[in-house]
Amino acid sequence: MLQIINIMAQEIKNKPEQTAGLTQNEKEARKQEMVLFLSNTEERESLFSKANRKLVTDPLNDDNPITVQVLGICSALAITVQLEPAVVMAIAVTAVLAASNVIVSLLRNMIPNRIRIIVQLVIVAGLVALVDQILRAYAYDVSKQLSVFIGLIITNCIVMGRLEAFALGNRPWKSFLDGIGNAAGYGLILIIVAFFRELLGSGKLFGYEILGHKGATLAESSGLYAYGYENNGLMLLSPMALIVVGIIIWAQRSRNRKLIEA
Amino acid sequence: MDYINLFVRSVFIENMIFAYFLGMCSYLAVSKTVKTAVGLGAAVIFVLSITVPLNFLLDTYLLQPGALAWLGAEYASIDLSFLSFIMFIAVIAAMVQLVEMVVEKFAPALYGSLGIFLPLIAVNCAILGGALFMQQKAFSWIGEAVVYGVGSGVGWFLAILAIAAIREKITYSNVPAPLKGLGITFIITGLMAIGFMSFMGIKI
Repeated sequence: MLQIINIMAQEIKNKPEQTAGLTQNEKEARKQEMVLFLSNTEERESLFSKANRKLVTDPLNDDNPITVQVLGICSALAITVQLEPAVVMAIAVTAVLAASNVIVSLLRNMIPNRIRIIVQLVIVAGLVALVDQILRAYAYDVSKQLSVFIGLIITNCIVMGRLEAFALGNRPWKSFLDGIGNAAGYGLILIIVAFFRELLGSGKLFGYEILGHKGATLAESSGLYAYGYENNGLMLLSPMALIVVGIIIWAQRSRNRKLIEA
Repeated sequence: MDYINLFVRSVFIENMIFAYFLGMCSYLAVSKTVKTAVGLGAAVIFVLSITVPLNFLLDTYLLQPGALAWLGAEYASIDLSFLSFIMFIAVIAAMVQLVEMVVEKFAPALYGSLGIFLPLIAVNCAILGGALFMQQKAFSWIGEAVVYGVGSGVGWFLAILAIAAIREKITYSNVPAPLKGLGITFIITGLMAIGFMSFMGIKI
């Protein structure tokens, strides 16, 4: 390869009629062009370059799938009564999103356009069935709590949305990072909502009593309950999840004025 | 009587949006005007009433533990329920594609007004959710599955119609800028969900 480049460089040097009008700099430039063209060296992006890191950090705030892109709302609301199912769901969605992004990105040039939704759905359904079986084997109680919603990861708009918007047109490593980023953004909102709902609704976090123990009478209670504090039962009901997310959106858009809708 | 009970339950008490939050993404995205909301709602009713019975048949004769007994006694012990997700979603995607083609051929005006919404329904959580809940409820025959499918669709339609009407009205209200659009819709939906909780425990 190098020999060919050298020969061609010699050719350029030895062709006075072609290079007659050019200054020395321009001749150099032409030679460089030729070298680049022949050796086909593009600038290879490093694995964790700035653009790649942006793929992971953007969905955490500016491009959050739940509060900005309006994807993945369904499961974000129904399973956030306690922290533990929320964390398990976040991990499950991360696994499915990252894996399906990579698979679809690898297959992106082979999928016919007409049936691409069906192909994507089949890939995601297979991965979710796998995740479901693993959950049933290793975390049975949580999988009972999550019940239908593990299956609903298949139609989770985040997965389909990122497959359509990103994996079909980008390479596997970028798609993997995009999947991780969006799943992290989704998981963040899930954990925030579950945190408030479990803390205010039942005074516990991950099942551990944080605010004290509620006994049958004031005298038997400890911590905050001894002062007459009562759990906010409304927080345990599903509508509060919607209102908490509404407040999160309010807070996020107040800090980041660019996200405010016209 | 049982069917009316089932219908009313699936419309009001176990409303797809207000009780289970299924189909929220398209619910939030399409509810800016009443016209688009009605179009999407009608499409969802249509798809749900077709796919839930179909999936019921699939579940009863193929996927349930012991479902394959009609093939022969030796097949009675096979349990294919782990294939539920893939089979349901394949049926739903195929049905939506079929419905799209049929509507395009026989009712082009309807096809034009539904536009992009029809293919979008294939990935609507409410459809797959309807099928999975139907599986959990274990109906005894297909009539109940039909009633449940239609009821879920009507419930979803009601919800998106209501929020679209409200969103059209609050464009003239004094909503704080960071809450405009998505934020206030979430809060209103939450309040509507609390309202729908009043239907809990109603028996006909």
